[in-house]
Amino acid sequence: MSGPSEYPVPLTDKQVAARRHRSIAIALALGALVLLFYAATIVRMGGNVANRPLSVIGAGVLNGVLR
Amino acid sequence: MAELGVQADISGARDTSSSVGDFFELMKPRVMSLVVFTALTGMVAAPGSIHPVLAFIAILAISVGAGASGALNMWYDADIDAQMQRTVSRPIPRGRVSAEDALAFGSFLSAASVLMLGLLVNWTAGALLALTIGFYIFVYTMWLKRRTVQNIVIGGAAGAFPPMIGWAAVTGGVSVESVLLFLIIFFWTPPHFWALSLYRCRDYERAGVPMLPVVSGPAETRRQIVLYSLVFIPIAISPYFIGLGGLSYLAVSSVLGAVFLKLAFDVRRITEGREADAAAKKLFLFSILYLFAVFGVMLLEKIVLRVLA
Repeated sequence: MSGPSEYPVPLTDKQVAARRHRSIAIALALGALVLLFYAATIVRMGGNVANRPLSVIGAGVLNGVLR
Repeated sequence: MAELGVQADISGARDTSSSVGDFFELMKPRVMSLVVFTALTGMVAAPGSIHPVLAFIAILAISVGAGASGALNMWYDADIDAQMQRTVSRPIPRGRVSAEDALAFGSFLSAASVLMLGLLVNWTAGALLALTIGFYIFVYTMWLKRRTVQNIVIGGAAGAFPPMIGWAAVTGGVSVESVLLFLIIFFWTPPHFWALSLYRCRDYERAGVPMLPVVSGPAETRRQIVLYSLVFIPIAISPYFIGLGGLSYLAVSSVLGAVFLKLAFDVRRITEGREADAAAKKLFLFSILYLFAVFGVMLLEKIVLRVLA
């Protein structure tokens, strides 16, 4: 009678290295995606972000600060 | 020469030693390069302008979408890929990537590329990319490829959409010019693939794919190659007549078009022995050069015009 099989099956060194490389690639891709979305947001907003009307609350706060 | 059918792992069992390169190979990088090139041409040829960052995002999304559909195609066709010499070295038949992982990879990238293009560029381009991926997977790969001899004629539309997507990324719409760019690739596809299938006929026969030489025979395939080439070349030249291409475009598309026709007639004329295979191979390779050349000249013309303007 054989002993209990080990589960999950341990990974070989090659499999561990491959998994590490895949994880790094996914992390880099996600990082690049974040940067792309950030850059696209800035491009699409353009200068409009500086020209938008202030909200009533924002204007009130700003008024208070300026006084 | 690659051995056929070896280590064909199409069962869906996970292979935890898949490398990043294996996944990249799933995306059919050579096809991706053609897609990127034609999409870029569509983008530059389109009237109007697009911010370079958005242009980069559009090209990236289109290429990732093309790669994703390549991965899904490899997932679905893993069984026939394992039987064909041309495709037996692909990651799934070789057992380097599991079919299950290829499906997940392709599905995720398909959704991500469409969302990225739609959200960051515009939804016309995003919808066209979704249509392209859906057409390639559901219409060509799953429906037509194993059922009809017209598989690559109709399925060729999937490869013809990228310049139209590039155009839509800039203009937000579809126009006669972008439809013409679509038609160039659409009519280029049959002579291109039938030339390949002439000298890879046994591969397709073994895999049970009803390519034209397998179903109708080499003689009919040669006739169809000439007919489609006669339709294709005038379409490839026509951008000049609607102002999409300039004089250099006219010159290149006409002169190389004449060479294309000559090679097509060579395929029709030389029907026996290794010379016949060589003629088909020559047409196949030249057809790739032709497409790169006409789109390349159009791209260069537009860049020069923009620089001079």
